[in-house]
Amino acid sequence: MIRLVFLGKLADLAGGDTLEQPGSPLSWLELLASLPTSLADVIASDSTKVAINGELVADKAAIVAKDGDEIALLPPVSGG
Amino acid sequence: MRDIRLLDRMFIPGTLIGPFTQANPGLGGVCTFVGEVRHDQGVEALELSHYEPLTLPGMHELADRAFARFELMGLLMVHRIGLMRPGEPIVCVSAAALHRRDAIDAVDFCMDHLKGAAWFWKREKRADGWHWIEPRAGDHADLARWG
Repeated sequence: MIRLVFLGKLADLAGGDTLEQPGSPLSWLELLASLPTSLADVIASDSTKVAINGELVADKAAIVAKDGDEIALLPPVSGG
Repeated sequence: MRDIRLLDRMFIPGTLIGPFTQANPGLGGVCTFVGEVRHDQGVEALELSHYEPLTLPGMHELADRAFARFELMGLLMVHRIGLMRPGEPIVCVSAAALHRRDAIDAVDFCMDHLKGAAWFWKREKRADGWHWIEPRAGDHADLARWG
């Protein structure tokens, strides 16, 4: 299982904070294709950052998630 | 003395600032900023969410940068998460140093980065429901001051 974590307003678009994905390995394009278009479009935009297992990734398009990974989808912060 | 925390319930800044000051004997100055949830028209509550693997480590990195940039003896950085009501403290940053400029600037530096770059997402509750708060252009201008 791959665990997707939706932060901020992405949780509203996703209908929940987390989503378990059975497929593994999972590429970025496969991840986008598995989500509703309205959510995938926001996640694909430059303003959404991605962390895998707590580490920010520089190039989200290059990620390949494997079983047990946690992918966090991070919209722009609204600060402290 | 370095104290970096996320708190999920109401705190009283004075109970943190007193011990922090005591823990830095010989300081020349201590500067403290406390931010509270503003009484904005129509806002009933504010909720701050975070991402555990990034948010607190990010605050520690910010503290590292503050220690590297300013001559500090101590730094206290405490941030709320969860549900807050107007008037409740949301953030407290206190810096102790031999000289005032380092203490004042370190607090200013930490606050600009907490507001503009820390991993927090805010939404506010109004009569018609919850609304996410978008980033402000001013946050980026505040960050740009520090190069």
